[in-house]
Amino acid sequence: MKIYVCLKHVPDTAANIRPLAGASFDESVKFIVNPYDEYALEQALKIRESGADAEVVAVTAGREAAVSTLRTALAMGADRAIHVKTDTYFMEALETARLLHEAISRDGSPDLILTGRQSVDAEGMQIPYRLGVLFDLPVAVNVASFSMAEGLVTVEREIEGDLREVIEMSLPCIVGATRGLNHPRCATLPDMMKAKKKEIRVIPQADLGPEPAASVVELLELKTVPDRGRGKMLVGSPDEMARDLVRILRENKTL
Amino acid sequence: MAKIGVLIESKGGEVRKTTLGVMAVIRQVPEAELFALEMAPDVEPCREVLRRHGADRIVAIGAAAELSSFPEEKAAAVAAAVDHFGLDALLGSSGQAGRDLLARVASLKRAPLVLDCLEVDLARGIVRKSHFSGRTIATLQLKTGPWILGIRPNVFAERIEPRPGEIIPYEAPVTFRKRITVRQIRRGDAGGPDVSEAEIIISGGRGVGSAENFRILRDCASLLGAAVGASRAAVDAGYAPHALQVGQTGKTVSPKLYIACGISGSVQHFAGMKTSKVVIGINRDKDAPIFQKCDYGLLGDLFEIVPALTRALGPDGTA
Repeated sequence: MKIYVCLKHVPDTAANIRPLAGASFDESVKFIVNPYDEYALEQALKIRESGADAEVVAVTAGREAAVSTLRTALAMGADRAIHVKTDTYFMEALETARLLHEAISRDGSPDLILTGRQSVDAEGMQIPYRLGVLFDLPVAVNVASFSMAEGLVTVEREIEGDLREVIEMSLPCIVGATRGLNHPRCATLPDMMKAKKKEIRVIPQADLGPEPAASVVELLELKTVPDRGRGKMLVGSPDEMARDLVRILRENKTL
Repeated sequence: MAKIGVLIESKGGEVRKTTLGVMAVIRQVPEAELFALEMAPDVEPCREVLRRHGADRIVAIGAAAELSSFPEEKAAAVAAAVDHFGLDALLGSSGQAGRDLLARVASLKRAPLVLDCLEVDLARGIVRKSHFSGRTIATLQLKTGPWILGIRPNVFAERIEPRPGEIIPYEAPVTFRKRITVRQIRRGDAGGPDVSEAEIIISGGRGVGSAENFRILRDCASLLGAAVGASRAAVDAGYAPHALQVGQTGKTVSPKLYIACGISGSVQHFAGMKTSKVVIGINRDKDAPIFQKCDYGLLGDLFEIVPALTRALGPDGTA
């Protein structure tokens, strides 16, 4: 079976993001594989390791630098990779989904497409659904448990509160992974060396057809959110502090 | 006049509070015609509440019972209603149920979708939402409609503004493909109210020390009517299930009060609770980052302070 894993190259979740003019930001920070996409890749590798005759293809749409995310994916165990090379950092979800769909369908016929439930940069939370419509395949997102038997996929999706939906889909299908699905492996140095021999096919964005003329959402501005300042420290014994706190919260109508 | 739809989420005949917040967003535009889209088999129990909160029309989407186990067909029914009533926008809560349905509808319609909105200007089509885990806020301009928007729970308070609330039955033309079936809904291992919609959250971190010790947070939470949350460190250490996790790889919350107990306050944790209205830090380490970005700090042993808080809130509390 062919498993495609869509990954995004994103700033480290601990990086300090400095917005710049023109809805951009200072990109001289550490970048990583989008954490949710790592769960997706790990699941693909697990399926292959469980004995299924599977090829795992890592796909990204992003600028030049995104190749390092594909290298990490190859080092973790993906068989090969496809890099749709774009010029802009922030793309509309519709366009990202279109590029991924074009690149994947030109490469082969997917049995399973795995990706994260959202990116940690733009937090769009919609790529798996958009892919679902483009491929005309069923989609489940926020998946924390996955099993597959005889062409039937059973997943558990985290919903409100403590509840989980148990969902059945037939293959081929699309899954958006969340934390809890598995524990992604770390690539070792020898893995990184071996990965250098694996294929990364580069496709310029322009080769996948013209961008749709009408944009549907435009990013106008990015602004830093100031942290709240240093808290007012309450003093006294635990009971005194607790009473003080309850009084303050009642006075300002929080309680 | 703009026609704006709202996905109504109800439970046992009661409209959820988060939905009422979404309706308040639309009622900021007096001339908007608000269509409440209800999937429940019987819309009558919710009618009065929807009317009082500003529903001009209440669309009772037929076959709701048959649709409930089939997310794709449910989305197709909502998309059909958007077309049928000529809605310019569809809004809903960005909770897990709402965001799944909204994303399916937006994809079917190839429409712009912004989830987890913190600010909405419907007149100009401008929304604001978090980028980079709450460290920046992005301003987005929506273009060709219909606009599909998810609103972060608890960001907007409900607002009373009575409207006619006329009920319109609507039978959506839906072809059942049944490619996805919800087989069951099962309870996880957490228990207690949901953090993502709670108005008060008391969260524990590594400092809580064990799963058993979370009991002192639960005791306090029950007096506050609060949900119990946890940091990633506490989840990784096995003190709490993932369903309780607040932060980067957990849930994003916006309560009016967030009490962080034994949580150092990493960037990733703040990503999930930064938009809380009041943040309290309880920690034994005076240098904990939480004290640098909270409203009130209580320095000391959480095993003494949290029970003291429970006492202060109790019937004998002298506060």
